[in-house]
Amino acid sequence: MSQPTEPAHPAAVAAPKPHVAHEVHHEELGFWRKYVFSTDHKVIGIQYATTGLLFLLFGFSLMMLMRWQLAYPGAAVPWLGTILGDSRMPGGTMLPEFYNQLGAMHGTIMVFLGVVPLAVGGFGNFVLPLQIGAPDMAFPKINMVSYWCLFLGGVTMLASFVIPDGGAAQSGWTSYVPLSDIAGSGQTWWLIGMVFLITSSLLGAVNFITTTIQLRAKGLTFMRFPFFVWAQFVTSFLLLLAFPPLEGAAVMQLMDRVAGTSFFLPSGLVVSGQALTNAGGGNPLLWQHLFWFLAHPEVYVLILPGMGIVAEIIANNTRKPLWGYRSMVYSLIFLGFMSFIVWAHHMFMTGMGTTMAAFFQTTTMIISIPSVVILTSLVISLWGASIRFNTPMLFALAFLPMFGIGGLTGLPLGLNITDIPLHDTYYVIAHFHYVVAPGTIFALMAGIYYWYPKATGRKMNETLGVIHFVGSLICMNVVFMPMFIMGLAGVSRRLFDGGATYDFAQPVLHWNVVSSWGAWTLGFFQLPFIFNFFWSIWNGEKVTENPWQATTIEWSAPSPPPHGNFLGAPEAYRGPYEYSVPGAPKDFWPQYEA
Amino acid sequence: MDIPYTVEARRDTGLTNGKIGIWLFLASEVMLFGALFASYILIRTGAPTWPRGDTMLNVPLATFNTIVLISSSVTMVMAWASLKRRRFETFRIYMGGTILLGLVFLIVKYFEYSAHFNEGAFPSTNNFLALYFTLTGLHMLHVFGGMVVNAYFWGPGAKLWKTNPEWFTNRVENSGLFWHFVDLVWIFLFPTLYLL
Amino acid sequence: MSSDLSAADIDRHVRVYVTVFVALMALTIVTVTVSRFHLPVSEAVTVALIIATIKGSLVACYFMHLISEKKLIYAVLGLTAVFFVVLLALPSLTVHNGFWIH
Repeated sequence: MSQPTEPAHPAAVAAPKPHVAHEVHHEELGFWRKYVFSTDHKVIGIQYATTGLLFLLFGFSLMMLMRWQLAYPGAAVPWLGTILGDSRMPGGTMLPEFYNQLGAMHGTIMVFLGVVPLAVGGFGNFVLPLQIGAPDMAFPKINMVSYWCLFLGGVTMLASFVIPDGGAAQSGWTSYVPLSDIAGSGQTWWLIGMVFLITSSLLGAVNFITTTIQLRAKGLTFMRFPFFVWAQFVTSFLLLLAFPPLEGAAVMQLMDRVAGTSFFLPSGLVVSGQALTNAGGGNPLLWQHLFWFLAHPEVYVLILPGMGIVAEIIANNTRKPLWGYRSMVYSLIFLGFMSFIVWAHHMFMTGMGTTMAAFFQTTTMIISIPSVVILTSLVISLWGASIRFNTPMLFALAFLPMFGIGGLTGLPLGLNITDIPLHDTYYVIAHFHYVVAPGTIFALMAGIYYWYPKATGRKMNETLGVIHFVGSLICMNVVFMPMFIMGLAGVSRRLFDGGATYDFAQPVLHWNVVSSWGAWTLGFFQLPFIFNFFWSIWNGEKVTENPWQATTIEWSAPSPPPHGNFLGAPEAYRGPYEYSVPGAPKDFWPQYEA
Repeated sequence: MDIPYTVEARRDTGLTNGKIGIWLFLASEVMLFGALFASYILIRTGAPTWPRGDTMLNVPLATFNTIVLISSSVTMVMAWASLKRRRFETFRIYMGGTILLGLVFLIVKYFEYSAHFNEGAFPSTNNFLALYFTLTGLHMLHVFGGMVVNAYFWGPGAKLWKTNPEWFTNRVENSGLFWHFVDLVWIFLFPTLYLL
Repeated sequence: MSSDLSAADIDRHVRVYVTVFVALMALTIVTVTVSRFHLPVSEAVTVALIIATIKGSLVACYFMHLISEKKLIYAVLGLTAVFFVVLLALPSLTVHNGFWIH
């Protein structure tokens, strides 16, 4: 692979000490202000990313433990069982209550403490200001506060595992009422944790939107934005407007649990043979509506940053502009808007009338169109390309079919008739994991390998990267593909024994063992990544500003960028993906080069 | 480092960062109170009977509170106008008035709540009261939050006036927007809970 | 933006604030008075909401200066208004199966 030499850029600097750049008048900040309570978007981005990765690992570990119970129901877990104690795993066998805690917290942690902090907080914070040529976010102090809110939310969620009264939340990540209303105190901690996390996201969204509109470089019009910027911009609107209703609902559930109200408790509820003495008159569906009002846009929050990352990496490694950039942007905006009016497709089985069911089914079918436009444009972008198969590109390429499978398998769920047999089965689990796991998480991995050199000044090791990739791709499919079969056979989700007590499930139960071994092997294949991540900080191949010969503005800053990012204010002179321009001396013409 | 457009507006949008930021935040607050109003609608329309507001709550006291809050919105915008006229002492009077009126609002609500508790009317008693206490409680938290911010600009934050009067004026304007929003929510809450 | 207003402009603004204040007081009295007629629920709700919307609009347009704001703010608020209406209407419509079932 030939490496064209990069001419010196006025905005870049060879290798000076980082703090020479801007602040002639700034005193050197102490350790705490520089690395812990920093207001620099790059430090905050790394804080978010590290926190996100740690929680992804933790959430994954919860699942690896669950998968033992699913593969070998009732069997004692070797040595881990005794550590966790009798309230969770007496004699090493998992109690159903503990299984439910693992399930509820796996979902909660992966979505709210893993993917979103990494995709939005991590990548958004680190890359966005650099990609638009800004010195930092519009509100650096609020940015710092938003990270610490996330941190507090995470601590609250973790603490809920060790409180004495019944352990962590165990009513699913969806916390459906009335079960969650009457559950143990871990649920109250979940609600408080969610309030912190929601606050963090709201503050972040305000920051991202303001920064993107106001702090973009001269010449960087909206239609010259890298697709990643658009993706984060739309994502921020989703967070801003969809999260508050869940915050309202969480307040109401807290009132039900702590103040004895009956927002969600219907009259005449009987629990374990005892009638409840509350006032009643509440509506459990109210919780579902408010929850899914957020949680549907939330799934687009989970996927859009990943699509943005994949778009950047595909353009860069095909050495061609993205095909259909404009339609991709319009699709993104349309998708964001539609995501607010599809939510009750998660509620088809709640007894709604045919009119509203038809409404939500229709909007759900319509929303699949922009997703298909984006995915198809990315695939067509590969046509006629000179593809460079580096590790980021491998993950980005795999994203395409994996997200394709995830997306297509969502269609029967969005049609209310076919949803009837598939609702709440393993089919649903397989569908959404395909989109999030070999979908989003692969995109995030791609992003880590791609932007690591910008953040650290060194590349990650390619061989370890390829091993990580191949192992993960195979294992992801081994884990989740069989779940479609199980779901089609009617095996429900959230069963602590994986369906073992049901006659109809017997022919498909062996797939539980397959998925479990796939999951444990998937865990094993993350080891090369974890090792690579740390090893490369000191031993990775050193790079200068633009190791990938990319065109977007972040590649004009030093690697890593100093406080203030750029020496002079960058300017955008053209679109974001001017690769292989006919007649040009190099196969790329950066956006920031005059 | 200096973040551009903190004090001067960006030419193509015509806005400062803070102005956009506060309106975005208010948009999210619209959705927060929206969820509670949606809950009110769903629960009330699903209930076989529902008491009229004036049979459960103290309308004269709440009317007084409405007048108090609207007045505090006037004093708030006058505080900002005083800064635009470069009359710092007048600003302090109006801002002080805003904070005091906010305090009056909270005190009246304290008496309202105590009266309810004394006669055994709690959030757990029925859904009317659950909604009443939750909606007005959340609103009160916002009143309190707004007062804290206003007190900061009346007190320790006011030294920014000496070094960067334009920035200080903008920040007071943005806090004012939050305060007016709190008033606006009450303008809808009052008839919904007390009069219908 | 902060520097475009002259002293005369501010004086004009202050006159508007006082006028709006008087209007708000009057409308408050109207809404409380109307409530004492104990109209049937749907009419009471309609009247109360109309008055509240007028009052709210006055606060938004004049105290919050929305009447002379920039397009970007209008766009954000317009989008929010759409989703606000969706949030208020759709759950009830879904649970009560549309308009025709009471």
